[in-house]
Amino acid sequence: MTALTGSSAATLSAKVGPILLAALLGIGIVAIAGHGQAHVLHDAAHDVRHATGFPCH
Amino acid sequence: MPRMTYVMRRVSPATDMYMKLISSALFAGGAAGLLAGLLQLLFVQPVLLHAELYEVGTLVHFGAGASAPANPAVPVLELTRDGLSLLFNILIYCGYGFLLVAAMALAEGRSTVPNGRTGIVWGIAGFVVVQMLPAFSLAPEVPGVAAGDVYDRQVWWGLTVASAAVALWLIAFSKGWTSWAAAAVLLFAPHLYGAPEPDYFAGTAPPEVAALFAARSLGSGFFAWSVLGCVIGFLWARAEKASQEQAPV
Repeated sequence: MTALTGSSAATLSAKVGPILLAALLGIGIVAIAGHGQAHVLHDAAHDVRHATGFPCH
Repeated sequence: MPRMTYVMRRVSPATDMYMKLISSALFAGGAAGLLAGLLQLLFVQPVLLHAELYEVGTLVHFGAGASAPANPAVPVLELTRDGLSLLFNILIYCGYGFLLVAAMALAEGRSTVPNGRTGIVWGIAGFVVVQMLPAFSLAPEVPGVAAGDVYDRQVWWGLTVASAAVALWLIAFSKGWTSWAAAAVLLFAPHLYGAPEPDYFAGTAPPEVAALFAARSLGSGFFAWSVLGCVIGFLWARAEKASQEQAPV
């Protein structure tokens, strides 16, 4: 049974780490690319922020 | 003994899960980001550039320049500017992809194993949470628009997205009137409280341009999020099928 993989056999402990990592990566990327107010970052992402509905400036 | 060797080399369920989440988020994020970038360049950017002509004063709404054509030609492609837009779309949709796979993995066991079709439902739910509900009170802003303090708007945006995510989760996976009532409160509370507003309205672009911009922004998001969910669902169904076929009998 230990060789079984995939969602059906994934225990909670095996899921917690990957889910936390994915959530943190998602929040981090969206926070920096969508909301970071550093000048260069803001200018580079300006059009995308407007087009995606993020508060821009 | 080749089969035995193969079984020994199988990765642990946790490693398998890390690979599944990260690879599907990046692959689907890349595809959806590319589509979002193309939709932006084709449909949103011309409206944005048009609004900027009002922002810098080249065109004047109700002004002396009102006799200028309402829809002047705008540059088709600006390499650096549009390249950055494409890059940031891909980056942001990879971020959305990570959030979506985290939610889908959390729902495993409560929901059927996603495939390409049910993945679209997940994608649309993501669109509702991250773009449609914030836009319900904080419409996508055309350049030159008057708006409240940017930090206040970002905080409101973050809280609205978080409460919308919990609300949709309750609607999808909880039963009973208490959960549904809580979901309704979470959905509407940020909008009853209200998004930060400017002290006075001083937007330079005509309402026609601003409305088209908001509609195009939301429409593009809808298509891109649908593809994001679809690709993640497709990859998960494929991974699930592969793991079942490879499992020892």
